[in-house]
Amino acid sequence: MSAANKRTLIAAIGDEDTVTGLLLAGIGQVDDRGKNFYVHDPKAQVSVLEETFKAYTQERDDIAIVLINQHIAELIRPQIERYTEAFPALLEIPSKEHPYDPEKDTILKRVQKLVGE
Amino acid sequence: MSENNQREAVALTNTKSRLKGAQTGHSLLAKKRDALMIRFRAILKKVEEAKRKMGKVMQVAAFSLAEVNYVAGDISYQVQESAKRPQLKVKAKQENVSGVTLPGFEMERENSNEFSLTGLGRGGQKVHKCKETYAKAIETLVELASLQTAFMILDDVIRITNRRVNAIEHVVLPKLENTIKYINSELDEMDREEFFRLKKIQSKKKKGGDTDNDTSEQAEYTQDQAGGADILDQGKDDDVIF
Repeated sequence: MSAANKRTLIAAIGDEDTVTGLLLAGIGQVDDRGKNFYVHDPKAQVSVLEETFKAYTQERDDIAIVLINQHIAELIRPQIERYTEAFPALLEIPSKEHPYDPEKDTILKRVQKLVGE
Repeated sequence: MSENNQREAVALTNTKSRLKGAQTGHSLLAKKRDALMIRFRAILKKVEEAKRKMGKVMQVAAFSLAEVNYVAGDISYQVQESAKRPQLKVKAKQENVSGVTLPGFEMERENSNEFSLTGLGRGGQKVHKCKETYAKAIETLVELASLQTAFMILDDVIRITNRRVNAIEHVVLPKLENTIKYINSELDEMDREEFFRLKKIQSKKKKGGDTDNDTSEQAEYTQDQAGGADILDQGKDDDVIF
C-alpha cells in the first residue's frame, strides 16, 4: 500500500476550542495547498463545511486521518454516511459542549449492527 | 464408439479433479474466513473500548484547554495563525492477517516546539501541560483511527470471502457434481449399449453359419501368424558353393 505511506497528516474539522487544542499539540500544516484544519463557525454556511470535508477526504492525498467534531458531523451526516473509504480514516470526536454520543457515530452504528446480527 | 467412450472418460477425470480443487478451495476459504472473523471480533471489541476511552481523554483535554484560557487568555487566534509545519505526524504500518494487509497508523512526534511564544506573558506552564494532554489524546485518536481502518477493510474482505465461499458451495460444487453424475450415467448407458450389441452379434453368429465364420477367422489368424514370422525366421539359406 504505497498510497497509504504518503499520508502523514492529521486533519481536523471542528469548533474553535477543539481545533485550538489539536493545533497546540502540533498537527497543523499550512502551505500553498491550504490548511489542514478548519474551524467551523456555527453561523457559517454548511456548504463551506461540505466542501472542506470533500477536500480533506477526496482531494488531498496527504491526509491519513480526518478528525471531526461530532456535533459538526451531525450537520453533514448524509455525506458522512456515504463516506466508506478506508483512507483517510474518518473519526468523530467529542467537543467540549457536546459529550460523546455513541448512538450517532456512523462507525459504531455499523459495529452494533454487526454484533447484533 | 470407443473413441467417444475415451473422450467421456477424460472429461470425467477432468471434472473430478476440478471438483476436488473446488472442495480444497472451499475448505481453504472457509478457514480464511474463520481466521478473519476471529480477528474481526477482537477488533470490534477494541474499537468499542477505544471509543469510550476517547470520550474520557477528550474531556480531560478540553478541561486543560479551559484552564489555559483562564490563565493565558484566548490563545486560539495566536495558535491558529502560527501553525505552519506539523510536529505530529502519522506513519502507516502494515499487518498481515491471512493474506490481507491491514493498515495501521503510528504517531510520530518531533520535539521542536512551534508555539514557544504562546503563553510567554503568562500561563506558559499551563499551555505546555495542555499541549502534552492533547498530544496524548491524539495518540488515543490515532490508535482508534487505525483500529477503525482495519475494521472497515476487514469488513470488506470478509464480505468478499463469504461471497466466494457461498458461490463455491452453492453454485460451483453442485454444478460439477451434476456434470459428473451426467457423465457417469452416459457412460453406463454406453456400456449397456455395447453389451447389448455384443450379445446381438453373438446371437446372430450362432444363428447363421457359425462354423463357416469360425474357420475363416482361424485361417485369417494363421495367415497373420505366418505373415508376422517371415524374413528373419525363414531358416538357414543353402550354402553357396562356387
